[in-house]
Amino acid sequence: MDVIITEPSTPFPGSVHEVPGGGIVLSTLDDVINWARSNSLWPLVFGTSCCAIEMMSAASAKYDFSRFGFEVARATPRQADVIIIAGTIVNKMAPVLKRLFDQMPDPKYVIAMGACATSGGPFFYNTYSVVKGADHVIPVDVYVAGCPPRPEALLHALITLQEKIKSGLTRDQIRAQFQEDGK
Amino acid sequence: MGNEELIVKLQELFPAASIIQGNDWPEISFESGADFLSTIDVLKSDQTLAFDYLFCETCVDWKTHFTMVYHLDSTRFRHNIVLKYKLDRETPEIDSLSFVYRTSEQHEREIFDLFGIIFKGHPNLKRILLTEDWVGYPLRKDYDDPINMIKL
Repeated sequence: MDVIITEPSTPFPGSVHEVPGGGIVLSTLDDVINWARSNSLWPLVFGTSCCAIEMMSAASAKYDFSRFGFEVARATPRQADVIIIAGTIVNKMAPVLKRLFDQMPDPKYVIAMGACATSGGPFFYNTYSVVKGADHVIPVDVYVAGCPPRPEALLHALITLQEKIKSGLTRDQIRAQFQEDGK
Repeated sequence: MGNEELIVKLQELFPAASIIQGNDWPEISFESGADFLSTIDVLKSDQTLAFDYLFCETCVDWKTHFTMVYHLDSTRFRHNIVLKYKLDRETPEIDSLSFVYRTSEQHEREIFDLFGIIFKGHPNLKRILLTEDWVGYPLRKDYDDPINMIKL
């Protein structure tokens, strides 16, 4: 049986220029910053319902999202990089969520975890109090399906977010580019 | 007191009420117009019943009428009953229990907030969960909110 050794999906960005006695790593600064940024994302402690239990499970020993650099959960938005919207957002919570997002330093990322945060989920019909998707309030980077999603699904979302960060520019850099182009 | 004994005792005290055995506890139901406060007074002060703790209070909208549901517990004898009281839909008014059981003060504010039941004698009957300027009572079956609600 052949053993297939897979490469890490995104190794350190750049190439090694061989010189006698060793090598020189060649890369671009943006790529190195993105690489560093994606491997240390501090999530905000934010959970509004049962998805938060799965998020705690993903943080605990069995699933352990610290393997991907997510372990430093902060209780203040001013130190957080990513907000995992773990649960239902009701109309009374929406301004709170907006304020928390506004207080996070750039670059900031958002994961909508579960059906409620994605679309309102089970509260889509016949409900007077639930926001039909957190993207009505703040911009979302990664959506996770499930009610609630299993911890593996959240891990996949975290890895997907890392891929997204490594793949290009931040939201503000894209906005600055648009402004330069006069759009 | 066991459930069977409770039912016998309640039938003695309230011959006009309908009493059945519910899923867990005896259920005693009153039509609208029955003297509610004196009923509660008997249930609380009777030495063999001693229902001194109200652990749940809620309301049901049956479209034709409302039903107030009270779950009473005796911390002395560890027995429970469910008390139901029918209300007219046009004039949903009932005496407040906030001076008999203090816990009902918050429950009644919530029921007022979501069902619009008026509790006579309540010391602070105003909205507790929704905003002060909210129009309507969301847990009523005929509640409609064309902006926030998507009807199925």
